[in-house]
Parts: sequence; C-alpha cells; structure tokens
Amino acid sequence: MLSRTAENLFWLARYLERAETMARLVELGTRIQLMPDAGEGFRNEWDSILQASGTGNDFGRKYGDPGERNMVSYLFFDRDNPSSVSSCLMAARENARIVRTALTAPVWDALNSSYQELKDLQRMPRSELDVSELTEWTARQTALVHGAMATTMLRNDGYDFLNLGYYLERADNTARLLDVKYYVLLPDAGYVGSGLDNYQWTVILRAMQMHRAFHWAYGGDVTAAKIVDMLILNPQCPRSLMATLLGANEHLDRLARGYKTSTKAQTKARGLLAEMMEAQVSDIFEEGLHEFLARYITEVAELGSVVHQSYLRGVAH
Amino acid sequence: MGQTYFNEMYESGEIRLPYAQLESWQRDMPSELRNLKQAEAEALFRRIGITFAVYGEGGDPDRLIPFDMFPRVFTHTEWARLERGIKQRARALNAFLCDVYNRGEIVKAGKIPARLVYQNEAYEKAVAGFRPPKSVYSHIVGIDLVRTGPDEFFVLEDNCRTPSGVSYMLENREIMMRMFPQLFQENRIAPVERYPEVLRRTLASVAPEKCDDRPNVVILTPGHFNSAYYEHSFLADLMGIELVEGADLYVDGDFCWMRTTEGPKKVDVIYRRIDDAFLDPLCFRPDSMLGIPGLMNVYRSGGVSIASAPGAGVADDKAIYTFVPDMVRFYLGEEPILKNVPTWQCGKPDDFKYVMENLAELVVKEVHGSGGYGMLIGPRSTKAEVEAFAAKITAKPENYIAQPTLALSTCPTFVKDGIAPRHVDLRPFCLVGEQIELVPGGLTRVALTEGSLVVNSSQGGGVKDTWILAE
Repeated sequence: MLSRTAENLFWLARYLERAETMARLVELGTRIQLMPDAGEGFRNEWDSILQASGTGNDFGRKYGDPGERNMVSYLFFDRDNPSSVSSCLMAARENARIVRTALTAPVWDALNSSYQELKDLQRMPRSELDVSELTEWTARQTALVHGAMATTMLRNDGYDFLNLGYYLERADNTARLLDVKYYVLLPDAGYVGSGLDNYQWTVILRAMQMHRAFHWAYGGDVTAAKIVDMLILNPQCPRSLMATLLGANEHLDRLARGYKTSTKAQTKARGLLAEMMEAQVSDIFEEGLHEFLARYITEVAELGSVVHQSYLRGVAH
Repeated sequence: MGQTYFNEMYESGEIRLPYAQLESWQRDMPSELRNLKQAEAEALFRRIGITFAVYGEGGDPDRLIPFDMFPRVFTHTEWARLERGIKQRARALNAFLCDVYNRGEIVKAGKIPARLVYQNEAYEKAVAGFRPPKSVYSHIVGIDLVRTGPDEFFVLEDNCRTPSGVSYMLENREIMMRMFPQLFQENRIAPVERYPEVLRRTLASVAPEKCDDRPNVVILTPGHFNSAYYEHSFLADLMGIELVEGADLYVDGDFCWMRTTEGPKKVDVIYRRIDDAFLDPLCFRPDSMLGIPGLMNVYRSGGVSIASAPGAGVADDKAIYTFVPDMVRFYLGEEPILKNVPTWQCGKPDDFKYVMENLAELVVKEVHGSGGYGMLIGPRSTKAEVEAFAAKITAKPENYIAQPTLALSTCPTFVKDGIAPRHVDLRPFCLVGEQIELVPGGLTRVALTEGSLVVNSSQGGGVKDTWILAE
C-alpha cells in the first residue's frame, strides 16, 4: 500500500488512543480533587494532570487558573491544545478522511458520527456537561471505532499499521500515566506505602477502568508491586506494557510474513519484548520505576521511528 | 421580464410523458413525509461524507451541495440524440488536440486563427510533437448542456481537463434508490453504476506501450484540502486504485514510481486531478513545491500516460469554443448534432460594438473564468452593475465573450410549499480511450433560487438525480 496511506492509518489509531487517554486524564483529575489534600491544594493536582498530558506550559499562558472548568475546557475542548480530546478526535477523522479508501464504511461511519456528535457537544453550554459523561462518551466513541475495525476490516497490511499505531500509543500512554503517579502525585518518597499512596493507586486503576480487573487478578490490598506487575508485566492486562509489546510484535511479524521480508522494526520490537519477558518486579524497582519508565518511553519512541523509516517512507528495504 | 421558459414536466398544461409517474408520486407524498425524506437524504450525505469542502471562507468547511429529490427525466429518444452529439463532439475535440500539437492542419486551412491556438495560455509547447497513446488527449470530456425547448439543446461549454461532479451523479442515484425504491420499480431507469468500471477500463486502455504488465493506474489529487477531494477518493475506491498526492510519486530513470510500504512501485497511468502547472516544477513552474520533478520527461519518452494530457485545456478555452462546430466538419466531415450558443468575441471590433450596445440583454463571461464567477447576466443586473462591467470589458476586450441570455429550461423542484419550476443544466461525462463510451446519465445542476440562472454549487446551486428512461 502507499506509504502515506499506511502513515495516515498509523496516526489515525494513535490519535484515537490519545483521545481516550486524555479523557481518562480529565476524569483522573476530577477524582484526585476529591482526595484529601497532600500538598499545595488543587493547583498541585491539576498540575500533575497537565504534566502527564505534556501540555502544561500552553495551559498557563491561556488560562492561568487551573480550576476544573478551565481544565475541562483545555483538555477536552480546546482546539489550540493539539492533545485535547477534540483535537485528537478531529485529527483522527481528518486522517480517516484522507484514507477513506483504506477504511470500511462502518469504520468511517463510526468516526464521522463521533465527529458530528462532538460538534453538538461543543455547542452545548459547559455547565450542562458532566465530566464523567464526557469521559464515557469518549470511551464509547473510541470503542465503537475499534469495534468496527475489528469486525469489518480486512486483515491486510493496513490493519497491521492501524494496530501498530494503537499499540505504540497505548504503550506510551500507560507508561506516562504510571510515571505521573510516582513522580508527580506523591509529594515525596516518604509517602510510599502510605494510605495516600494506596488511595492514589486505586484512583489510577479506576481512571484506566482497571480497578475491577485488578481485584479479580490479584485480590487483597492494593500495593505498588502488584500494580507494577499488572500494568507493566502482566500480558492479561490489555493496557500493560507487556500486552502492547506483544501486540506490536504480532502485527510487525504479520507484515514481515506478508511482505516476505523483515526490517529493523521487527528486530527492535523483538529486542524490547525479550527484555520485558525477562523482567521481574524487583528488577524494575531496583532500577527505579521512574528510570525504568523514562527509558521505556524513549525505547517505544525509537521503535516508532524505526517503523517510520522501514515502511512509511517508501524506500526499498 | 415576461420571458417563457420550457418546463420539462408541464407543457401547455399537459404532463410530458417521461414525468407521468412522478406527478402522482409527488402529489401523493404528504409534506411531513417529504420533509422526513429530505432530512434523511441530508443525513445520508453527511454520514457518507459527501461534502464539498470550502476552506478559507469561514464557516463550516464541510458544506453539503443541496440535493433536490425531484428527479430530472429524459426519454430514451432524447438521450439517444444527445449521446450521438456528445460522442461526436468528444471525437472532434480530441482530433483537434492531436492536430494542433502535431501538424496544425486546421490552422493551415485557415479555419481557426493561429494566434488563438498557439498564443493560448493553455497551449503547452512542451508537448508539441508528442503523440500520446491511442492519440487521446482528453479522456474524460464533460460537456455542459442547456435546454431551451423540446428538441433544443445547446452546448454551453466543453470541459476537456478534469471535469468534476461525477461522484454526485453516482451518489444522487444511490440515495434516490435507497429512499424511493418503488420509483425504480415503476420506471425503467438506465443504470449509471457502470461508470467507475468504464473509467478504469478507459484509463487502462491508454497505458504506454512500455507497460507490459497489468497497468498500474492511479488518481493524482492535490490533497484533502481540495474541494473535490471527496470525489477523488470516491472514484479511487470504486475503481480499486491508489489515490496519490505529488509527494507519493517520484521519477527514477525512465519511469515514474510511487512510494509504498513494500518499496517503489511503477506507475503506468496517472489520472490527474491537478492543473498542468502543478504537474512538474522542472517543466512548468520552478517556484512550485507541488508536482513531480522530471514527470514530463518520462511522459514524453512514453514511460507514463497522463489523463488528461498536459495541454488538453487548449480545446476547452472559451475563445476556442466558437470553433468546435467547425472542428466537427473539418475532422469528421459531419454536421454537428449539438449546437453552440451564439457567441460574440469582444476582442473582435464588430462583436465588441454589438456587445456594448446590447449589454443589458447579454451574458458576458471571462474567457478563462470558471465557477460562475466574474460574469455578468445583463437582464438580471442593475444599471450600475452593467456600467461597471462595461468598463471592465473596454479595458481588456479580448478577455471576454458574450452570449444571449438563454431561456434555460426548468424542472420541478421541491420548495417550501410544494414544487416549483427551477432552471437546470446538464453535464454528462464522456469517456475516451480505445473506445468512446457514455454512461446514460449525468449531473443535473439546479439553480435553487427562484428565477436564478446560475447553477454553480459555489453560487447556491443544487443537484438532482438524472434519469434516462430505458427503451
């Protein structure tokens, strides 16, 4: 297929996943607000959300005061914020519009309908909008698109590029969410293992819609070790780094089989997976969770650029 | 004005035969149902995403072209004559292009002034002496027709470059069939759905001789910001071919290649939906970021076919238009079946004098204008507007042509309370490759404003499904 088409599919999936993550961050922010204060009041809490979204500075310039209303405007609706839910959904739809021919009618339909609904939401007075409903709406839209993809698309190379985008973005997002918890939310290392620490973990799990699953899979108290195992190493957890690496490898392998040739992207992805297979929770804490996550985020970004070089530039392998 | 217009449905109180079934159809449709159907049609268009993107004017960039549910109908006999006329014209236009880029017989014979051909902005010196495969230059010819009476049809203009609108012809039909299936059971309407297949075959038939495999045909689009992008992607999808942008293509050696996830793939036929000027910066516009450097060299050495051929625009220029009937006689030795609208060239002193004296009665157009912009409709303009336009013509007479204000036919159109006559035109799409083919149908554009004669979508025009009744 055309390299540009593959690139559009790859980014379409990334934007969709990012939209969902942003909506979850907004939800996370409103939940953290309900927690007992640990530092400088609400400013601290929303700041952590902004840092996780990677767009903190722009917010300050435009809004100043990080109250809930402003945050929801900025993270959900603001078209000047390239990572807002609105921006991501519109970018996803624009990418889809460019590659209409590579998508099935139900997929386009789902994307286009969410775009139309989004325009309706944008016209509603903010005071009538409930944050949880907005998050649920976003999750429902992305689920509809993914559902249409899963049930109607040919399992061809386009499907693989779409899924590659989806897994790489999810890998990045999960790592960032985890990192925020450790280095931003908690005032200092002294709180590790405290009641506040555990409560924050619960909130993170909730925002990722993983709290029920956690209890089914682990049971008992919420501890850092269990969470790290679940969100990093457990292949059963759909948001874990392990699951995303397995997914990325699966689709890269399918591409290599279909094209009858392997590239640096497969080598890189296999290397990352092999390391993850070896890793233990204790190793991660030994390296330092933040150090581990920061390194991992860089590795995933590198994998993304190798995929780009190998497939999306249209040069001979 | 007191002018009478030919109404395609009612003729002196009688219902014309092709519309017989539609009379009871619209009469028996309660207005609530009609509003419901109209809303349904609009929702379908929006959902499928058939919008006409207008960027840079503020407002919603994705605008819908208004769709009117009342179909326009032609009998088999009416169409058969149009079909012969359109094919004849498409043959003559291609013969003309082949001639003026090679021996120039028509100029030597004194039928057309050399200046109008060789000094024409659309004449591409870069392809003089080159003969494209099957000697076809304009592969998709859109002929704009208007009707003034039961048997009176006029060609308003020819479109030899990249006529658009065919996606509406196909989608309007699709939506009508979805909403009113019984109409299609009661009437025998010739299908249009073959168009993409015929187009693909036409394009493949002009692949270069150097192509020894199944030809790789692509559509070249300026990109998704272009107002016709939907049509480009729609056609690519229906033909099962790639939709490429300039940056997806490059020249290496004797061929043109496209960048794919599996590496380079050779391209044999490019159906381009961009202007000549943006094809190849090395040949046309060194300042352009668009286009594929070196493409024209590959084209001239027979490595790739381009449809329509660069330079095909010289045949659809408004100044050349006047001579098309002469072309038909000169190249085909036949009498033209379709008439031209009488046209005055403001560049000619006699014509200029006539135009200035009768400006209030005439339609004046810019020679290179399009989209209904930069024109004057005399009878519909104020005195001040006419005078302002007169000044423009005097400043640059050769830039304008004038035509009588035609009594465009009307077709019933749904309005707020019932139906009312609105002016229409017709653009059928003739395909020229190894064979000349015409799918029975076309795009009917309708001026939705009462009394308006401007059907362009950029100026408040809408579209209708166009039926050709089977024999």
